[in-house]
Amino acid sequence: MGVVSRGFAGRGRSDPKLPPGQYLTKDFPVLSAGPTPRVDTDRWAFAITAETGQEHSWNWAQLHQLPSETVTVDLHCVTKWSKLGTVWEGVSLDTLMAGVESAADHALVHSYGGYTTNLPLEDLLDGQAWLAYRYDGTDLEPEHGGPVRLLVPHLYLWKSAKWVRGIQLLLDDHPGFWESLGYHNYGDPWREQRYWGD
Amino acid sequence: MARAAVLGRLSWQVAQIAAVRPETDTARTLVLDVPDWPGHRAGQHVDVRLTAEDGYTAQRSYSIASAPGGPPALTVQRVDGGEVSPYLVDIAAPGDRFEVRGPVGGYFTWQPGDHAPVLLVAGGSGVVPLMSMVRARAAAGSRVPFRLLYSTRTPATVIYADELRRRSRDDHGLDIAYAYTRVAPPEHPRPPGRLDAVLLAEWGWPTEFAPNCYVCGPTGFVETVANLLVDAGHDPARVRTERFGG
Amino acid sequence: MTFLDGNELAAPLREIFTVDLTVASGQCANCGRRCTLAEVRLYARAPGLVARCTGCEAVLLRLVRSPDRVWLDLSGLSYLEIARPPD
Repeated sequence: MGVVSRGFAGRGRSDPKLPPGQYLTKDFPVLSAGPTPRVDTDRWAFAITAETGQEHSWNWAQLHQLPSETVTVDLHCVTKWSKLGTVWEGVSLDTLMAGVESAADHALVHSYGGYTTNLPLEDLLDGQAWLAYRYDGTDLEPEHGGPVRLLVPHLYLWKSAKWVRGIQLLLDDHPGFWESLGYHNYGDPWREQRYWGD
Repeated sequence: MARAAVLGRLSWQVAQIAAVRPETDTARTLVLDVPDWPGHRAGQHVDVRLTAEDGYTAQRSYSIASAPGGPPALTVQRVDGGEVSPYLVDIAAPGDRFEVRGPVGGYFTWQPGDHAPVLLVAGGSGVVPLMSMVRARAAAGSRVPFRLLYSTRTPATVIYADELRRRSRDDHGLDIAYAYTRVAPPEHPRPPGRLDAVLLAEWGWPTEFAPNCYVCGPTGFVETVANLLVDAGHDPARVRTERFGG
Repeated sequence: MTFLDGNELAAPLREIFTVDLTVASGQCANCGRRCTLAEVRLYARAPGLVARCTGCEAVLLRLVRSPDRVWLDLSGLSYLEIARPPD
């Protein structure tokens, strides 16, 4: 640990309830690997593409016709901030995957702007993931991933791809943007899986 | 002038605050004692890292304000809602310590051996690395013509106000002009407003002089000014920029 | 949320390289545009540093830093041209 600066507290507060190495924050930091995509809802589309090539897609209206849920979840970013009790509204991936036939085990998530992240398909199911379009009672802002982002709160937040536009179901795992450059392939905050080899 | 291409491995060092100097209501200069300070060039910066008792760390970059040849001094502007700047401006005191990494940055630098006329364009706290260049020029007794255009909100937000007034008077070949964006002093020739192509043409160097231009400040300011300079005909290769974000 | 420039790469790259790479020139592997590394568009508020081409926004360079390792991806640059003193 570096030399401690007298009187410096910073924004983060450690808390035994948090995953190891995390600090509690009250604000909502905006992190991004590139320019914020601006996607009009009238041209927005989301597709799940099975390993067979079969595609299931939804436009904005269709997404909003699906049953939605309001969930309260905790967010854990690999850059060490955690934000508890965040409220989102969106469609469960269970709903979206209901009509999809696939033998795939792996998923590669694609965002507008080119970002990707990968995770096991089973981590998108059983009430663990949503396509979220409202945060804290209002439409999701572009800087936080709007119009629609993926939300997978049991993994580090880099897996909750902002500006989501599709999920590819794959027979083989394909590391995404950060997973291909040192970040842990799975990313469980409770086992502090930040980097390769953790 | 030959310069070693191979530098030491860069690592964090402990810096102790030797002295503090208020600059404005929201900005302060910290003079640092860094035992193994290798010296720096005007325009370079350091990374600053603060560690809290519980291990929480925060890191930011700050430009070096002082001239080469002396201990490094940082001028920090308090950012509303910021994490590091409020500590450095409001809390940190002589004797307090933190870590620095640097000096780094060989692109946004000026040295007395550069003989072309120099145009410095500062947006707010972007004046800090440019001040290092002004001080370097004076310390070296340089005759290179310098023009500083300093865009800031009000007379009260001018960092280094007294020193700039003195240098404007005493440093031959240094001209300073201010563009106030919110409130101008009564005697100021222009009403408040943003730095624009007209001001740059009036107070900058003609393109025929082929000046080296240094633009520093918030990203939006730098983008605008750099584009104006290139549009006016300045060689893009002679327009160097440093963005502070925000 | 905006971007910074490649000046912010100076310290992280100087942890690895013994020369200052921000004054090196690089070519975008996507569009061929040449630029000085100090002039790239840099996204620094992220799990790592991402430098993008000012022309086409393609990723030029990525850097991830853990407590004991650095990962550096330069695949977005066709080459780096670095000045050195004459022999």
